[in-house]
Amino acid sequence: MCLAAPAQIVRIEEGGWLAEVESFGNRRSVGLTLVPEAKVGDYVIVHAGFAVEIIDEEAAKISLATWEELLCSTK
Amino acid sequence: MLDEIIKPLRDPVRGRQMLAEIQARWHTLAARRGRPIVLMEFCGTHTVALARTGIRSLLLPEVELKSGPGCPVCVTDARDLDRAIALASVPGVTVATFGDLLRVPGSRGSLQEARAQGADVQVVASPLDALQLAIAHRERQVVFLAAGFETTAPATAVTVQAAARQGVENFFVYSLHKMTPPGLRAVLGDREIGIDGVILPGHVSLIVGRQAWDFVAEEHQLPGVVAGFEPVELLAALGLMALHWDEEPQILNAYERVVRERGNGAAQQALAESFVPVDAHWRGLGLLPGSGLALAERYRQWDAVVQFADCWRDLEPPKPIAGCRCGDVLRGVCTPLDCRLFGQGCSPATPVGPCMVSQEGTCAAYARFAVAK
Ligand code: SF4
Repeated sequence: MCLAAPAQIVRIEEGGWLAEVESFGNRRSVGLTLVPEAKVGDYVIVHAGFAVEIIDEEAAKISLATWEELLCSTK
Repeated sequence: MLDEIIKPLRDPVRGRQMLAEIQARWHTLAARRGRPIVLMEFCGTHTVALARTGIRSLLLPEVELKSGPGCPVCVTDARDLDRAIALASVPGVTVATFGDLLRVPGSRGSLQEARAQGADVQVVASPLDALQLAIAHRERQVVFLAAGFETTAPATAVTVQAAARQGVENFFVYSLHKMTPPGLRAVLGDREIGIDGVILPGHVSLIVGRQAWDFVAEEHQLPGVVAGFEPVELLAALGLMALHWDEEPQILNAYERVVRERGNGAAQQALAESFVPVDAHWRGLGLLPGSGLALAERYRQWDAVVQFADCWRDLEPPKPIAGCRCGDVLRGVCTPLDCRLFGQGCSPATPVGPCMVSQEGTCAAYARFAVAK
């Protein structure tokens, strides 16, 4: 029940309560109340029918690069 | 595309390189200490990911990963399940809940068994679906049995607010929601389980923020790391912890793509508006002060715990499940392999205790991915 999956916002409905998201080819409607600042195109984590956080792609890229530097290139 | 974000986090070449480096680092640390280093992964989804990727076995013998109580279905108390079953048996009542909760044994059977005997129990994927059910069936009283930690509770919080706004009078919430910091505190205060560090739950942290775990370092002098769930993210978390092992204990964040320092403000606000902290019973851990979330006074009308209290007035206290060590597994005192029933009567197909029923249960993860000592 704890499954939380990434998805991309493709449409935000009028009023901003609900959004249509796509995740690996599947489209569904999710609540947007918990991430009021989300925009179309944003990647979000979806859990129990709600988007719960926006994925920060920049932070993701930076941390991946850091891990690589710390853990793959040393020795 | 989503693929492009996820793919590098599942890259086997990168994974293997990182693994070799991490094994070497932990090897040095464990050798210096003269014994294996014991880490606890709090979260059930981490338990599954560590078993599925094989990381748990690959880190042995230098690092022993113990599972914690981070499976909301598993820590749901038998008493609450007995009440839910009593509720489901009331004519005119529909109980809606997440699929995982259906097979969990109370002390008098499960919701699934109650359904087989005619109770109206519906599976939903979201509290919003339960609210829709109530709107579509005004003649019934629909109770959403709400399990889950801080990741799930905001969804319930917002749904109750929607029910109140729309004046839906036949929708109720039975809150089993629990907060993870008090749960972790209880485990860390338990002297029986020596642990050296904690892997902190990624999706709880995106709500509560990295800083919610500072008490682990400050009060318990243990290092912690917030981790994601993809193989490379898990390895990064373990690597980051090793890199900082010799420093003062601190709480690191290896899941920066979604976990912020202070978490999700809108979600925290929704929680604060809809719920108040209460003492709650956890299976295996007992009554933990301030660890549960009950509906706030202003939502009393939608609170099943208040509105249906008569249904369980005469219920006897729950009976323990004979032979099941789920409570000890949840506290990290033993692993499923120490349970006499593991694989000998208790399996994913024929679960005896909640730790085998739930997808995120430690016993289920050990059985499905054949974890060996
Ligand atoms: S293996 Fe089964 S009986 Fe043993 S602790 Fe796990 S759930 Fe309980």
